[in-house]
Amino acid sequence: MTLPVAGQEAATPATLEKISDVVIRFAGDSGDGMQLTGSQFTNTSALLGNDLSTLPDFPAEIRAPTGTLAGVSGFQVRIADHDIHTPGDVPDVLIAMNPAALKANIADLKEGGVVIANTDEFNVRNFKKAGIETDPLEDGSLAGFRVYKADFTTMTRRTLEDTDLDTRSKDRCKNLFALGMVYWLFSRSIDTTVEWLKVKFKRKPEIAAANIKVLKAGWNFCDITQLFQVRYEVEKATLEPGVYRNIHGNSALAIGLVAASRRSGLPIFLGAYPITPASDVLHELASYKEFGVTTFQAEDEIAAVCASIGASYGGALGVTCSSGPGIALKAEAMNLALMVELPLVVCDIQRGGPSTGLPTKTEQSDLLQVMFGRNGDSPVPVLSASTPADCFDVAMEAVRIATTYMVPVVLLSDGYIANGSEPWRIPEVESLPDLRVQFHEDAENFQPYARNEETLGRPWALPGTPGLEHRVGGLEKEEGSGNISYDPDNHELMTHLRSDKVKRVAREIPDLEVHGSPDGGKLLILGWGSTLGAITGAVNDLREQGHDVSRAHMRYLNPFPSNVGEVLSRFETVLMPEMNLGQLSLLLRAEYLKDIKSYTKVQGKPFAKSELVAKALEHLG
Amino acid sequence: MTATETLELTKKDFQSDQEVRWCPGCGDYAILSAVQATLPELGLPKEKFVVVSGIGCSSRFPYYMNTYGFHSIHGRAPAVATGLKMTRPDLQVWVVTGDGDALSIGGNHFIHMLRRNVGLKVMLFNNRIYGLTKGQYSPTSEIGKRTKSTPLGSLDAPFNPLSVALGTGATFVARSVDIFQPHLKSVLKRAAAHEGTAFIEILQNCNIFNDKAFSGVTDKAARSENALYVEDGKPLIYGKENRRGIRRGPAGLEVVELPEGADESEIIVWDEAVRSPSAAFELAQLQAPEFPVPLGVLRAVDRPVYEQQVIGQIREREEAKKDASLESLLNSGDTWEVS
Ligand code: SF4
Repeated sequence: MTLPVAGQEAATPATLEKISDVVIRFAGDSGDGMQLTGSQFTNTSALLGNDLSTLPDFPAEIRAPTGTLAGVSGFQVRIADHDIHTPGDVPDVLIAMNPAALKANIADLKEGGVVIANTDEFNVRNFKKAGIETDPLEDGSLAGFRVYKADFTTMTRRTLEDTDLDTRSKDRCKNLFALGMVYWLFSRSIDTTVEWLKVKFKRKPEIAAANIKVLKAGWNFCDITQLFQVRYEVEKATLEPGVYRNIHGNSALAIGLVAASRRSGLPIFLGAYPITPASDVLHELASYKEFGVTTFQAEDEIAAVCASIGASYGGALGVTCSSGPGIALKAEAMNLALMVELPLVVCDIQRGGPSTGLPTKTEQSDLLQVMFGRNGDSPVPVLSASTPADCFDVAMEAVRIATTYMVPVVLLSDGYIANGSEPWRIPEVESLPDLRVQFHEDAENFQPYARNEETLGRPWALPGTPGLEHRVGGLEKEEGSGNISYDPDNHELMTHLRSDKVKRVAREIPDLEVHGSPDGGKLLILGWGSTLGAITGAVNDLREQGHDVSRAHMRYLNPFPSNVGEVLSRFETVLMPEMNLGQLSLLLRAEYLKDIKSYTKVQGKPFAKSELVAKALEHLG
Repeated sequence: MTATETLELTKKDFQSDQEVRWCPGCGDYAILSAVQATLPELGLPKEKFVVVSGIGCSSRFPYYMNTYGFHSIHGRAPAVATGLKMTRPDLQVWVVTGDGDALSIGGNHFIHMLRRNVGLKVMLFNNRIYGLTKGQYSPTSEIGKRTKSTPLGSLDAPFNPLSVALGTGATFVARSVDIFQPHLKSVLKRAAAHEGTAFIEILQNCNIFNDKAFSGVTDKAARSENALYVEDGKPLIYGKENRRGIRRGPAGLEVVELPEGADESEIIVWDEAVRSPSAAFELAQLQAPEFPVPLGVLRAVDRPVYEQQVIGQIREREEAKKDASLESLLNSGDTWEVS
């Protein structure tokens, strides 16, 4: 949207404008509390019933030198009165806590957009740190924008004049001043954040009081000074009826695993080693002990997955969670799980690679690693989540496949989904899939590698069961008995069985669904994972403009749904945007001999809708 | 299964139908036999035993035990076993590993298992060589070892497995010898009864690639000369007719001759449960031929057991949040209704 231009500087009461959609970016030093500020604005907006989508963006360093570009942390949130799919390509409003934050973000801001700057930080020392020569607030470089200046720091200190806090602690409240201003500007109440502060600082009531005071001061400042001549209102969105909450991808994943545990009757064992951006799954599951969840912070990635395999062997739901570099370390153990044919869920929250890469930035570049990064012919089912809330469903589906087929399953998420959030319609417990499993108990003619005719899965026979004593291991084993076997024909048979088992998954997964022109047409934009939002937005826009464009999104990356080849054949051109150098398009080309047009982006950030629209138009000719 | 049935178990019940494939004369046979003879005496039903191993000659062990068994990957048995024990404390889990498996590729898991004090019984078969890969030096090989990978002699100072274990804060540290059957069985029994991680180094002869690595204590003559059987509450005396003892001298432990009627009051009386591991560490350093080879339980102390504490936290939380339901979890945090 374009924010209506404000009237002149008169201190007349602001006029109220209704807008349908706005993108706000909070940017400051990584110590400025921008993630918190953005999350609070998000929660308040969620409770007001807006549809929303968020995109946090923070540096890999916990505390990069203050005031530098490297230390800039951002949080983008888009709120709307209608169904939206992305956090927005370009912000309408930028809150810049210091010159570095302004410099790092101004290029993204929409023409004519609003800048709210903390003038206290705009001084020569900070210009130097940010590598700028002259004061951008004065030198005319912001001519194309509407700039609002306020000295957050001074006013925060003044607000807290009569408290006992030291200056440092006072200054730490200044983000609440900014938040108060933004609440005023978008006509939101501060109540949700006030309540939250009270709970968060329960043990430090003086800090809670100070923050609340500053939050109010920011709000009042706008109310009294009429700094802004226009106030905006974004009404609630018309969402499907139900109870909603705002949810991050990693939270949805953790809760999905607990739900799977409850629905299967299997206690969860999560073995994990801290790694960005996956650690929150460990943190969250560690706080759900009342659901019988065992979390194990292992000595390394290898121990994490091995302990999970040990737990699965004993009849628990073994889960491990990591990101690209950690998944590389787990490869050998994943093959052990594949060989001993035990269920295991391996969550890969992808980040920019290779090697340490871009730990806090997003990418979809682990697909080929999880498909092929192991010795031998060793296929495993691979699923991907496409939005924060989708992580919940995909977690349950991963557990279902792992326990049904007795196989390790990889679940791909990424930094964008993991840290992003969206409103989630909370499902009814009874509507969740029944994941109950049957352990093998019958000692008569027991064969550890006997196969279920449907799934080719082997029996899950737990230690402690009388009469089923048997040995498993990584050496090739004889079909049926499970004894070590070096027999050539047996190895061929077993290799095929392990592969066929994964292929069988395709028999019962849903077909790939085409949105737009299901019967085919000119252009299909095919995606997977977190590109869903941008693709949906782009295709909706293009169709509104009358273009023959459809979209389809793949959750199942191994095996592919049975109808994929047929879907591809219905379209003249298939365009596949991926945040990697074309990994899924490579697989699809190999499988279906279709000349898929790969569109790639590896900048550590998601596709913008506008980029996809432009690329699609090229193909539409 | 009832207790009576349990008592009826014999060694035969623990022998699997798989052909044992170690080289003839390998020390592993003796260890297998000692374990198969010991487990039936522990009063547990057979299905409660799990043997987890890594990779190496020793790690074939589970295939020969008619119990539950898991032959995992190189160095990772402690991690697999930790996950199993944390979720299935009802099982008695034995880990079989070797010097390369535990101290080289799996060194990290080995030390972390010990520091956590997971309720596992760990047998490290130390033959001071890589057998399965045909004879390269191992992390316990002596300096100067000439092998295919070290034609001019190895340069790496060896680990002493007991010292490594003691350094991690291990709560049960013992040593025995493959062919010293009664001794080995008694140590295995003690390990089985220990609640935390029970670590046993078993000196094992690899007659193919490193024959007689421990002849300084295993040879008929050396046995009576050099084996120091450490026993709780007993003085450290050894040798023919117990004519030698260990005392603490100004420069560390020293050997004293004890002729008939000598004053034995200076001889160290062993205390396996003393708070500090220093004495055990000092004793573990002793090596033949200058010193005797200490065998037996060097250290056995009580410390909270990892999986019991992990489960304790879970039970406590379950108790405190009895009404936690999936529904309440799904609906936690701020929610709003759209109608
Ligand atoms: S190589 Fe050595 S350790 Fe391995 S089985 Fe043969 S004798 Fe035993």
